[in-house]
Amino acid sequence: MGLIVAIFLAGIISIFASSYPDGLEKVAENLGFLEKGEGQPSVKSPVPDYEWPGLENKKLATSIAGIAGTLIVFGLSYGLAAILKHKEHKAE
Amino acid sequence: MHIPDGFLALSTWIPAWVVSVGGIGYCIRKVSQTLKDKVVPLMGVMSAFIFAAQMLNFPVAGGTSGHFLGGVLAAILLGPYAAAIVIGVVLTAQCFIFQDGGLTALGANIFNMSFVGAMGGYLIYTGIHRLIKGKVGMMISTAIAAWLSVVAASSVCAIELAISGTSPLNVALPAMVGIHVLIGIGEAIITCLVLSFILKVRPDLIYRKEQT
Repeated sequence: MGLIVAIFLAGIISIFASSYPDGLEKVAENLGFLEKGEGQPSVKSPVPDYEWPGLENKKLATSIAGIAGTLIVFGLSYGLAAILKHKEHKAE
Repeated sequence: MHIPDGFLALSTWIPAWVVSVGGIGYCIRKVSQTLKDKVVPLMGVMSAFIFAAQMLNFPVAGGTSGHFLGGVLAAILLGPYAAAIVIGVVLTAQCFIFQDGGLTALGANIFNMSFVGAMGGYLIYTGIHRLIKGKVGMMISTAIAAWLSVVAASSVCAIELAISGTSPLNVALPAMVGIHVLIGIGEAIITCLVLSFILKVRPDLIYRKEQT
């Protein structure tokens, strides 16, 4: 059920999220060091800024990116936990 | 407060990476010794929830927004070590897939949000909960710990910016703390709401040290 809630949040509610800069960004802007972070990022991300690429509709792009991300981190953490669990059984 | 590439100097982000790799390694060892079956899917769900909730920026004062970090919530449900790992997974995915937080800064971001936020926040939570027991005590401890975890993480972030020479501490610290004092209120409210909901429907999910 938690996963369904997460997908709902990332897929639907995310569209209504505030687009104001977050705390750190705002501080960087106010103190004049924001441009330091605006160079080329060290890794090229497939889905920058939580918008699925190639979609005209930005709301849909955010929604799809959110759902995809939610499922990916779910899978990663679940997988990692399952591996750790398995290792523990082996050790016993 | 995901730090992007470019904000931190080499002399800051490399040590932060070393500490975070070591710290996460330690957490992984700790968790693999004590992981219970029911916690495996819970770790997946927790990171899904935190990822989703972190997308939901809420407006705070002066054209600024904040979002839930989830460190204290994760630690109360999963224990501090699994919580640090779950936050680390979320931060890593955000960095590689969504360009939220730089790769060079990932070590510092894990340090700030996994270790300071989740593990530090959990220490505060257990400390206060020992003094004020019961369900009300749990909620008060949760609220204070959640609020402090955000303020503490933002303070450490300011210190990293200062060490990097990006912004002097006497400027960066009050600026970061000033805004995160407000964002932390959101963190406390969300953490308490989610926790009280879980206490109602699945109280068995709360992490208890003596069970492990």
